[in-house]
Parts: sequence; C-alpha cells; structure tokens
Amino acid sequence: MTRKILIADDEPNIVISLEYLMKREGYEVLVARDGEEALAMIAEHEPDLLLLDAMMPKKTGFEVLQAVRGQQSAMKIIMLTAKGRDTDIEKGRALGADDYVVKPFSTRELVDRVGRLLGLSADDNPE
Amino acid sequence: MRRLLAPRLIALFVLGWALFSFPLIQLWDREASLFGLPLLPLGLFFVWAVLIGVLAWLMERDP
Amino acid sequence: MNLPISLVIGISFAYLALLFAIAWYGDRRAAQGRSIIASPWVYALSIAVYCTAWTYFGSVGRASVEGVWFLPIYLGPMLAMILAWVVIRKMVRIAKNYRITSVADFIASRYGKSPLIAGLVTLITVVGIVPYIALQLKAISAGYGLLIGPAETGLVEAPPAWWQDSTLYLALALAGFIILFGTRHLDMTERHEGMVAAIAFESIVKLMAFLAVGLFVTYWMFDGLGDLFGRAMADESLARLLRFDHGGSQHVYSQWFALILLAMLSVLFLPRQFQVMVVENVDERHLKRAAWVFPLYLFLINLFVLPIALAGLIHFGPGQANPDLFVLSLPLAEEAMALALFVFIGGLSAATGMVIVESIAVSTMICNDLVMPALLKTRRFRQRAGGDLTRLLKTIRRIAIVALLLLGYLYFYLAGEAYALVSIGLISFAAVAQFAPAALGGMYWKGATASGVLAGLAVGFGFWVYTLMLPSIAKSGWMTTDFVEYGAFGLAWLKPEALLGLEGLDPITHSLFWSLFGNIAVFIGVSLISRPTAREASQALLFVDVFERAGGREPVFWQGRARAEDLLALSERFLGPDAARELFVEHARSIGSNSPDRMPADARLVQRVETRLAGTIGSASARVMVASAVDEEPLELDDVLRILDEASQLRAYSRALEDKSRSLEQATEELKAANEQLKSLDRLKDDFMSSVTHELRTPLTSIRALTEMMRDEPDMPTSQRREFLDIMVAETERLSRLVGQVLDLARIEAGHAEWHNSDVDMHSVVMQAVGSIGSRFEDKGAELKVQGSRSAKPLRADADRLVQVMLNLLSNALKVIPDQGGRVEIDLRDEEAGVTVTVSDNGPGISQAEQREVFDKFRQVGDRDQHREGTGLGLPISRQIIEHFGGRMWVESEPGHGATFGFYLPRG
Repeated sequence: MTRKILIADDEPNIVISLEYLMKREGYEVLVARDGEEALAMIAEHEPDLLLLDAMMPKKTGFEVLQAVRGQQSAMKIIMLTAKGRDTDIEKGRALGADDYVVKPFSTRELVDRVGRLLGLSADDNPE
Repeated sequence: MRRLLAPRLIALFVLGWALFSFPLIQLWDREASLFGLPLLPLGLFFVWAVLIGVLAWLMERDP
Repeated sequence: MNLPISLVIGISFAYLALLFAIAWYGDRRAAQGRSIIASPWVYALSIAVYCTAWTYFGSVGRASVEGVWFLPIYLGPMLAMILAWVVIRKMVRIAKNYRITSVADFIASRYGKSPLIAGLVTLITVVGIVPYIALQLKAISAGYGLLIGPAETGLVEAPPAWWQDSTLYLALALAGFIILFGTRHLDMTERHEGMVAAIAFESIVKLMAFLAVGLFVTYWMFDGLGDLFGRAMADESLARLLRFDHGGSQHVYSQWFALILLAMLSVLFLPRQFQVMVVENVDERHLKRAAWVFPLYLFLINLFVLPIALAGLIHFGPGQANPDLFVLSLPLAEEAMALALFVFIGGLSAATGMVIVESIAVSTMICNDLVMPALLKTRRFRQRAGGDLTRLLKTIRRIAIVALLLLGYLYFYLAGEAYALVSIGLISFAAVAQFAPAALGGMYWKGATASGVLAGLAVGFGFWVYTLMLPSIAKSGWMTTDFVEYGAFGLAWLKPEALLGLEGLDPITHSLFWSLFGNIAVFIGVSLISRPTAREASQALLFVDVFERAGGREPVFWQGRARAEDLLALSERFLGPDAARELFVEHARSIGSNSPDRMPADARLVQRVETRLAGTIGSASARVMVASAVDEEPLELDDVLRILDEASQLRAYSRALEDKSRSLEQATEELKAANEQLKSLDRLKDDFMSSVTHELRTPLTSIRALTEMMRDEPDMPTSQRREFLDIMVAETERLSRLVGQVLDLARIEAGHAEWHNSDVDMHSVVMQAVGSIGSRFEDKGAELKVQGSRSAKPLRADADRLVQVMLNLLSNALKVIPDQGGRVEIDLRDEEAGVTVTVSDNGPGISQAEQREVFDKFRQVGDRDQHREGTGLGLPISRQIIEHFGGRMWVESEPGHGATFGFYLPRG
C-alpha cells in the first residue's frame, strides 16, 4: 500500500524539491500552500505523514499541529523550520510533533526519518 | 484652587461689606415696594441671600 | 386665657430632661469613639448658639421700635463667616496645637502665657457677660409670667421679693443642670461632645418654633406678607419702621456700621462662640460648610422678625403690649395654646443654650485664669505636693457656674427691668469686642507685645465701663444720673455719653468708638515702643506662622534640665494618674522609645507635659506649674532666634533629604525605563536576527535539497536537471539580494551609509526609475502613467537612493496588480516647501491592520506567491532613506480599491 505524504509549505521552490524527493522515494504526495489548506486536506485525504512548515500564512504550523493533535489521529508529523531556535523545537514537541527537521536539511536524513516514522526500514523501500 | 480660595473670600467679604454700607445701602432706602413688599427689607434680605449663595458655592466647590 | 402653672413647669423640666438625655448619649458615644457631633451640620447648628433669647424675643422687640435696625446684629456674623476659612480656621489650628480652651487662654498664651493678661481678659468677660446672662433669665421669666400670669400683654409689673421670685429658682435650677453635664469630667481638650449635641438640638427647636409662630402670624392672623406689609405701609407710624433713617440723625450710617462691626467681632470672641467654634471643633474642614450654613440659619430665623413685629403693633396697638414678647402674646391672643407653649419651649432653648455654653466657657476661664493663679501664689498650695487636684478643679468650676448665674440673677433683679433685651445684649457685645485687637493682632502681627495688650485692654475696658456700663446702672436708678447728664465733677466734656463733646451718636456707637479707638491706638502704640520678652517672641512665632509649621517639626522654646519623675508627678496631680501615665506612654511612642520609664526628660517632653496641662488649667497656670517642677534656664531673645534657626535648619535639612530621595526615586524610574528599552531593543534585535536567519535559510533549503538530489541521481533527465538549475540560480540571486539589503539596512541604521548628495530633480529621478522598470510593466501588459511636471527648483539628496526608493515602490506595485488591466499611476506634486510623490496601484489593497505593519522588516503583506523575489526589506529601507532626508513615507489603502504609497521630501 502506498503511503500518503502531505507537504505543507508556502515556499514554492521548497515544495518542488520535497515533492520530487518524496515521489522519488515512492510515496503519494499531496501539497498544501497554507495552514488552512493543510487542515482541509488532512481531513479529506487522511495522509500517513505530514511534513509541516512552521511559518505559513493563514495558520502557522504550530496552529495546525494544535488542531490536528486535538483529534484522534495516527498521522505522523515532522516539523520543518527555518528558525533553528530551541524554543521552537520544544514548542513543536510539546504540541505533539513526532520529529523535527531544521532547514536547510539533508535529503538523505529527511528520507531516513520519514521512513523510520512510517515503520519502514531503508531495506523494504517500496522502490 | 486652594491657593485662590483665600483671596476670593476676602474679595467677597469686601463686596459684602460695601453692599451693607453707606452709600450702597441707601439705594434701597426709598418709599417703594416690589411685589407688595417694602423695598428696604427686601433689598437687605436679597443681598444677604446672594452672599450666602456665593459663599456656599465657593466653599463647597473647593475640594 | 392662661396655661396652668404645673403644665408649663412640667413641660419645661421634661424638655430639660430630654436635653440631658441627648447630652448623656453624646458623651457616651464620644467615650466609645463614635462621635455623633463629627458632622459639619451639627457643627453649624452648634454655632447657632449665637441666637439667644435676645434674638428670639429681643429682635422682634427691637424691630417694633426701630424697624430694620435689628438686622446689623446678624449681618455682622454673615460678613465674619465669609472669612471663617481664613480667620477662624487659624484660631482652630492654634487652639488645637496648643490646647487652648478659652478666649482668655488664647490671648494670654499668645503674649508669653501671661497670667496677668489671662486674668484681665477673664475679668472683662465676667463683667461684660453677666448682663447677658441676666438677659436670658429675664426672657424666660417674662415668657413664663406671660404664659401663666393674668396679663396678656406682658407689660411690666412690680417685681416680687427675691425669695418669691421664680427667676431665682430658675437660675439655680439651670446652674444645677449645667453642673450635671458640663463638669462631670475634665476632658483632654476641654471638649464637651454631649453639650454640643444638646446645643445643636436646641438650635433646631428654636428655629422651628420661631418659623412656626412666624407662619402662624403671617398666614393665619393675616393674609400673608403682602397684606401685612400693605397695612403697615398704609399707617404712617408703622411705615417709618420700613425705612432706614427714621430718627433724622446725621450719624445714622455710622451707627449702622458700628453695629455690624460690633456683631462681627462678637461672633468671634464671645466666650460661647469661641467655645463652640474653636474649642469644640472636631475637624477644621467642617468650617467649610458651617461658614455658609450658619449665616443661612441666621437668615431663616430673621425672616419673620419684621412681620411679627408689625403684626403685634397692628394687633395690640402701639404701646399696648411688650413687643419683646410678641412671639408669645400673639398666639396667646388667638388662643393657640399649643403653639404658645411650643414657642415658649423655643425661647427656653435659646436661653438655656446660651447660658449652658457661656457658663461652661466662663467658668473654665474663672477657674484657670483667676482662681488657679491665685492658688498657685499661696505657699500652702504649692507646698502641698502630690495629691490629685482634679477634684479641686471640678469643684472650683462648679462654684464658678453657680456664682455666674447668681450674678446674672442679681443684675436682673437690680437693673433688668429698666432696659429692653437688645440694649442689655449690646452692652455685653461692646465689652467682648475689646478682645479683638489683642486676639486678631496677635494672630497676624508678630510685633504685638504683652504690654501693648495690657494697656489697650485697660483703656478699652475703662472707656466701656465709663461710657456704657456706669450709665446703664445709673439709668436703672441705683446711682445718681448727675454724672450722665452733666459729666463727672460737673465737667461737660466728661459726659459719659458725649465724651469730649462728641454728640449725636447713640450710646452704643459712642462707647464702641471710644473704647475700640482707645484700645487699638494704645495697643499698637505701646507694642511699638515696648520690647517683647523672649517668651512673647517665641509664642508670637508659633501663633502667626501656625500654618507654616504643619508636620510636627515645630521649634521647642525651652531650655534647662528636668527629671521625668518630676514631670510625671506634676501630670498626675492635674490629670489624674491614668491620664498622666497615658501621656507618657504616648510620648515614648512618638519618640520611638518602647519604655516610658527610660525616656530623656528633654525639651519635647517638657513641652508635651506643659501643653497637656494647658488644656486642663490654662496655658498661663501650666507655665507656672512646669517652671516650678523643672530646673529652667531663662530664655533670652537670642535663644529664641537660635532655636528657631535650628528648627528651620532641621526643616531645610529634611526638605533637602526629601528632595534627594525624590530625585533618587526618579533616577531609579529612569533606569528602569532605560532597562526596559534596552530589553525591548534586545528583543527587536533577536527578532531581526531570527527573521534574517529564516529568510536566508529558505532559499538555502531549496538549493541544498536540489543539489543533493542531482548528486544522488546521476541519471536525472536533462529537462528536470535544467528546471532545478533555474530554480537554484533564482534562489541564489534571492540570497545575494537579501544579503545586500540586510547590509544596506544595517549601514543606514547605524549611520554608516554613504550618501552622494547633489542637486536632484525629482522628475528625472522618477523618469529614470520608469525607464529601468518600464519593460517589466510592458511584459505584464500593465499601464504605467506619470503625472506632474518637472520642478522649478532642485532637491538636495542622493539621486541613486531616490531611484532605489522609486524602483522599490514600482516593483511592489507591479507584483500586486492584476494580470489583466493592471494600472499604476505615479503622481508628482511640486510645492515650495517640498515634493510629494505617490504611487497608486489597482491591486487588492491592504487592510488597516496590515497597513500598520507594512514598513516593518520582513513583514511581507499579501499572498506569498505575489512577491517571490521580495525580501521584506524593501519598504523599510525606502522609509529609512526618505527619513534620512527629513521626509516621511506612508501608505493609504482601502481593501479592494488598490493602494497608494507616497513620500514627501522637504526642500532644504
């Protein structure tokens, strides 16, 4: 079964990179350009994993996190932030993010973390 | 306000003194009546009432 | 028709019992610390003790003979109360500070606590006030006689023998009553809360009763004021009462003036007025209301005086009834018995109120200022050290009260029938007026001396006795009237009512002129040529400058050695052991010592004991007692100056200290504010750094991700690779633009930017910007319009920087205009003072909230897609540039209708 990943980021070039990367790893990719759109797509498509940018228009990543964690959901969440401040990491973890990646990230590491969270070893990569 | 109170009271005192003294008091002293009342007592009581009114106003508005 | 004796006497005693109950309740509440007199209304009503039987009965009597001439006695207090807040407040403050309990004490204390002055003032008071007390007795007795007697008119009959005279028993009953609630305890400040409550109550009763009879006469017996005055004006003998000058005297106005002055001084210095206004004052702020409520009371109680007088004259006919008793005889004539009884009780209120307060005040003066000094002179008394003297003091006061009332009766018996009520009262007023120069002079003139006061009082009192008192006795038939008619020793210029040939004045005005003139002249004259003693000088300072010494740091004019045990023993003698102990504990607490036994017996303790004793035995006697108990060094004038100097240095020092601590406080505040500002600057810097980091990391993220993917995927299709490489180039450009702008902004903000100023023509700046960005507008198919003309005068500025601003505004506009029908207008307005440039677009506009943030760093407004190349620093930099040249930059927008960015640059 193909895993669904939702990318929520407002930077088009980052979205292009992530989309390419995740598709290459064999995931089904959905894209949201702001917080509200992200929430709507989570409700509609029930993705397995969310790559969530912290700074987005309309609703920030933290607000999305809060809204999602209020509901019962098995969805894994990795926060992406360009502000490498410890307080942001703390905040994300407290709000229930499963992992945290600071921009600019290493593609290999991101792929590893996504795989680990989805319970797949690098070996049984569906590729 | 308080600093102005004493000069105002002194001014009112001087005014009251003048109103109750010659020659101003002579103004009321004539064979005339107003509303059927003799002018002199009426005038004296009128000035008196006005003085009480102004004094009360000065005293009560000062905190 | 008359009332039964038993009813009148029964009601009268019931009324006195009610008064006693009120007084008892007032004292009990005071002891519990819940005063019922701590109200400006009660205070004002207690001052209305001014209205005695003289007012109640005598005003009508005077009005029926002399018309409006009853009024000056009330206009004087009206004028005096205008200055209450200035003058009486000062008296209250002085009396409170130094525990002054009587007029005699007030004057004596000011002039070096002179026992001689205290004694003289007391003597004058007693002599002057006895006729006044007689007047009250006469009024009650006459009213009583009218109520029960056969005659309806109240005309004089032969007085009965003294042992049959009900007036004597009335006097004794009153004395007993006053002793019961006036001298039950010796208070700390000689205040009598219960008495004040009773007096305030009496003031209500007498006003109600008088208004009741006034309304009855005016609207029941007659058809209102119009009818009454109309009938009076029609009758020539009555009409003259409504005019001013009915005697044809050339001095009519000076008499009017004299009476107002007399009443004005009396309301301040009559012992009972001093007692209720100054000694019994609870809170000096109460003066504010009392100052107008008391005159209002006088106004009301005088409203019906003329109507009643005229009604009496019309009803009975002139000379057919005693006008002093019209208030009673008119209701009696109409057989309104209940009203007559009520009016009698009102009169009883007026009379007893006066007698109670007056005798308590005067008995205190007699005890403290006549008897005590005499006792202190006897060796036996002084040697009998120890022993509680408080009972002795009470006994002296009680005897004084009985003596006063008996003297009053004696005067009434001997001279009372000869004079109308008002004439008796005025004699007392003229005596009391003699205190005015000494007291008022002492409050405002430091140069007034004890010698001046003694001489002035002696002269004034002498004139009063000779020109007023003796003639009044003579006219009563107890002396030959020869000296009145022909002058003493047959010398015409010594005629007491026309001294030095000064004729034409009435006796009161004549006497007042000579006594006050002599008094003031001698007082000032002798003060100017005599030198004050050190103690006089020190007391002068304390009195005159009383308001400047608020805050308790007043100088203590005493030097010598004392022992606390001696002072304690002295206090115990006069205050009783409990109060003395309390005084010492209080002092210990005030100097921060926890044990009253180990206190230094310094000047402050001596002063405290002396002040406290002054409240009980008067300041003059207290001075003598303290001097005898401690080892004093005489006070010289130099010492006074030195002590004053020290006190003022101390004051200046503490003021400097206050200033210091205030400025320290201010500095602390400023430091706190600066710290806050630094903190917020620090937060701003943090925010800026974090924003810069974010803005730098975003393009780096794409670049790194794309690079790694190309590395890890060597066989990536060429088209894909090209797309990625294009993105990387764009993101790299964005990075370098960002770095450039951050550095630019930092330079401008730090003031390190380079400015190449020259004469700039704004029009060509605009055109240069349009030229370089115009092709991008064409690409988007948007319209770009420039309005406005080339300016006549150049600006002094950096042309490249201004082009940068224009390009920023234009590229922002280009980003927000719609793809179809985009339109941007540049408007250039050139004025004498400066140039205004606006750039208007037809984009979506900016909301109010966003307008406020649009110039903040990294605050990109609107959809992120629309300003992909934006850094969020363009507008902040533009604004910094404009502000550098002294201009300002703004934005106006209505969402949905585009936005207008503008800036203004002043010329020069």
